Amino acid sequence: MWRRPFPWFIAAAALVYALYPYLADDVGLRESLLLAAVYIILASNLNLMIGYAGYVNFGNIVFFGLGGYICLYLVTALHWNVIPAALVGGVAVSSLALLFGLGILRLRGAFFALATIGVNQAIQQLVVNFEPWGGATGIYLSLESYGSLGGPMQALWITYLMVVGVTAGSLLASYAIRNSKFGLGLLAIGQNEDAAAVLGVPTPLYKAMVYSASAFLPAVAGGLYFFKSGIIEPTSAFNLQTSIEAIVMVMLGGSGTILGPALGAFLYEELRGFLLTAESFSQFQLVIAGALLLLIVQFVPGGLLGFVHQRWPRTRRWLE
Amino acid sequence: MIGILASVIDGILIGAVYGLAAMGLTLIWGVMNVINLAHGAIVVIGMFALYLIAHSLGLHPYGAVPLMIVFGFVVGIALYWIGVHRMIGRSELMSLLSTFALNMVLIGLGTAWWTTSPYNVQVSMPALSWRGYTFTGTHITAAVLAVVIAGLLYLLLYHTRIGKAVRAVATNREAAELCGIPTTQVLAMAFGLGVALAGVSGTLIATMFPFTVLSGEAYQLKSFVVTVLGGLGNPAGALMGGIALGLIEGLATPFMPVSWIPIVEFGLFVFCLIAFPRGIFSFSKA
Amino acid sequence: MRKAAYLLAASVLFAAVPAFAQEAITIGFTASQTGALNNDSTAQMRGIELWRDDVNAKGGIKAGGKSYTVKLVSYDDESQNTRVQQLYTRLITQDKAQFLISPYSSGLVATAAIISEQYGKVMITTGGALEKTYRLGNKSLFQLYTGGNQYLAGALQALKEKNPKPQIAFIYEDDPFSKAVVAAVREMAKKDGDAVVTDESYAGSTTDFSPVINKMISAKADALLGGGHYADGATLARQLHEQKAGVKWVTLLVAPDSPKFAELGDAAVGISVPSQWEPEAAYKPDFGPTVAEFTKEFTDKYKIGPAYHAAGGYAAGLILQHAIEKAGSIDQAKVAAELNAMDVTTFFGRTKFSNDPKEHGLQIAHEMVLAQWQKKNGKLVKEVIWPKEAKTADPLY
Repeated sequence: MWRRPFPWFIAAAALVYALYPYLADDVGLRESLLLAAVYIILASNLNLMIGYAGYVNFGNIVFFGLGGYICLYLVTALHWNVIPAALVGGVAVSSLALLFGLGILRLRGAFFALATIGVNQAIQQLVVNFEPWGGATGIYLSLESYGSLGGPMQALWITYLMVVGVTAGSLLASYAIRNSKFGLGLLAIGQNEDAAAVLGVPTPLYKAMVYSASAFLPAVAGGLYFFKSGIIEPTSAFNLQTSIEAIVMVMLGGSGTILGPALGAFLYEELRGFLLTAESFSQFQLVIAGALLLLIVQFVPGGLLGFVHQRWPRTRRWLE
Repeated sequence: MIGILASVIDGILIGAVYGLAAMGLTLIWGVMNVINLAHGAIVVIGMFALYLIAHSLGLHPYGAVPLMIVFGFVVGIALYWIGVHRMIGRSELMSLLSTFALNMVLIGLGTAWWTTSPYNVQVSMPALSWRGYTFTGTHITAAVLAVVIAGLLYLLLYHTRIGKAVRAVATNREAAELCGIPTTQVLAMAFGLGVALAGVSGTLIATMFPFTVLSGEAYQLKSFVVTVLGGLGNPAGALMGGIALGLIEGLATPFMPVSWIPIVEFGLFVFCLIAFPRGIFSFSKA
Repeated sequence: MRKAAYLLAASVLFAAVPAFAQEAITIGFTASQTGALNNDSTAQMRGIELWRDDVNAKGGIKAGGKSYTVKLVSYDDESQNTRVQQLYTRLITQDKAQFLISPYSSGLVATAAIISEQYGKVMITTGGALEKTYRLGNKSLFQLYTGGNQYLAGALQALKEKNPKPQIAFIYEDDPFSKAVVAAVREMAKKDGDAVVTDESYAGSTTDFSPVINKMISAKADALLGGGHYADGATLARQLHEQKAGVKWVTLLVAPDSPKFAELGDAAVGISVPSQWEPEAAYKPDFGPTVAEFTKEFTDKYKIGPAYHAAGGYAAGLILQHAIEKAGSIDQAKVAAELNAMDVTTFFGRTKFSNDPKEHGLQIAHEMVLAQWQKKNGKLVKEVIWPKEAKTADPLY
């Protein structure tokens, strides 16, 4: 994989993304880039399900939220360092996903999508009633937890760098999967699952694997993000709206491509940040996103990147 | 015990309204294989319609009900042409995304206009008291109206030509087209009908409880649960499924903390999806 | 007295030098202008804005020989945690706010506190009674409200006077504040051996309380303590009335204190609320307006009486101003030191912050009263019914 130019391009971009706010000492920029990075992680991992395997995971935010809860619980109750805590969160959530996946991946199409919503809501309600995780109040980080990273200011920078690392990891993983036998099988499933099965693709195994794989990095990112926020509670951790915004980002940028979801996520987050303080239009990004999604789904299902590929076919080679 | 009975009765009353809401969803799903993710937004439109009609026009709140049916029908047809028409026949996912996009636009506009602050319409109706428990007049009236409207829908579907056309298109679109039925228009009307049902259920809900622009989402999720319980495309099943859900809520409440009930609901939902994809109440072909 | 004279002399001096350079102090906060918390948060914001108008009319905050105009930067947090986080970060990093006031409601205060502490900015919290926030190792938080654990203590005592053996129902919102308040009073009831027949929490977005009210009726409760914030509290009160729940004593948190609660009409009669401040309070301030002056000014400007949320907002600005003026500078450390050392009485009551690092900033001197809606000459009015020294009417039972 490293013999091709694309992965190097990603690594270089990630380096710039990580270091620029640091060198410019611009905390405000870091904050908005961090949010954009989190969305890129959500979108590109979701893309594995939507773009490759053709299964729309409406409840994808459940990975993010659960990963966050596990990480914060380990940090506050068991006094772990955040890095192993986030990783353990990732492993735990993707294992759980494997288990759940075996059940709900038997459903097709819309039924699967609805089932993922049900899973998200059920887990949210379970957490609300689960006292060791703070119930409806959630978990609050005490400031000493930042001590292990050298105090709050430094901890915020380190967390930012790690999140960018996870972002790069997501994009590289997308690329690696795409160019592997596993990825080929997934794309076959996405086109016609029954035909793929007949041709020898181990569909139940591959589906469970991709569902689990698409859970790992978002869970790790969740741990890092909520650590930085210092607080996690059920409403914002399992927010269905964010989950669906991730789908919009994937469709906006071009599902099935690698840069597409990243581009969609970045643009969407910029729009949101811009509207954040606009009075009476603060939720307007929803209207614009909705209108965009409507247009894309009806006229340009390939999203931004799909449109670019159609118009300028040469770009297909290097702009994946 | 009486407490449990009172809880169950109250649950059934509200369940009838859940059923009405779900009927719109299941009708659209059954006729054109489209899962209307704008369902919640339309329930909200129904709620705010009550507010506007009661406050601005000064009409009696229940006068809003027939108005909402007509208005919902018109809005539904408009939404069909804007977002749904091109999605018919494509994969279910595309119509999911398309209706979801409509939902975002509607909720976004609603938030910009009304913000997410709570609204309330006071409706006073005589209540029924029994052994210390009171069933509020609004709950009873809403349940009665829900059943009446369901009955009207039945009459429409089974005793009018339009209803026959809708059922024909639902069964086999090509055959219906060959019979000379203008299927596209029928689809638009069916969508309008589904939206009208969803909207009027919102109006009824608003007579009972306060609401915000975001209230629709909870009812949309409940509608999904009910639809799955009652079977896709089966409006009678939806009404029964709604009452069943209300019954489950009413039965469970005295025995467990109220905050556990949603877990029961969503657990049931996922279970039914996996085990009974055709619904528990569906009597049609498996 | 001396302080007032000094301020008067200083302001005369400064007023006489009109060409003096006017710098600005930027104070940042968010308010829930929309969303479920909008009713009381808007009241709090109005209190803060009224303070700003008063201060600037008198020439601004005077510190270290300079005069600072107060500039408020505020955003709508829509009653949401995630927005509070993003907006406070923005207030600090982009708007360069020098001091912060908290949002309204304990949950949002806790979220904002994390940001203010991460960046080391002084924040005066008002509208948030949750005590846990101050036990997480903060250095720059200062709480104006009496802690949540005290909220229902007075209500329980007043109830026991009317009914020594109550059948108590706890029905409360599932959020940090209400849960903590009820946990505290539950302990007290347990210690006294009182019967708790219902104990249910509900999600903040609940609009249908009939299941839980039915449960309470089944359990034959005659006293209800609980509630949460305005939206759910008002709905609960209304549905209690509609369902003829027959409960003799109802104390709900927060909601009944707002003047808007009177719109419930008969449903409001008899409902009591723990209050941080009432217009009938008899505090004698060391500085700033008196109770009567504040009440009149607020009512004149906004055409509606002030509840404790508005008073808290005004007091937050007032206390911050006092600290800056005493410190003689706008340096964070100096102002924080003044706040730590403060023990004053304003129209809002007595204010003193804990210096114990384990619970820094916790309010330790402010006291609460219990107010109740009663019908006087056919009109709904709020009377103070507890403690006995402060009461203006007898409790209705």
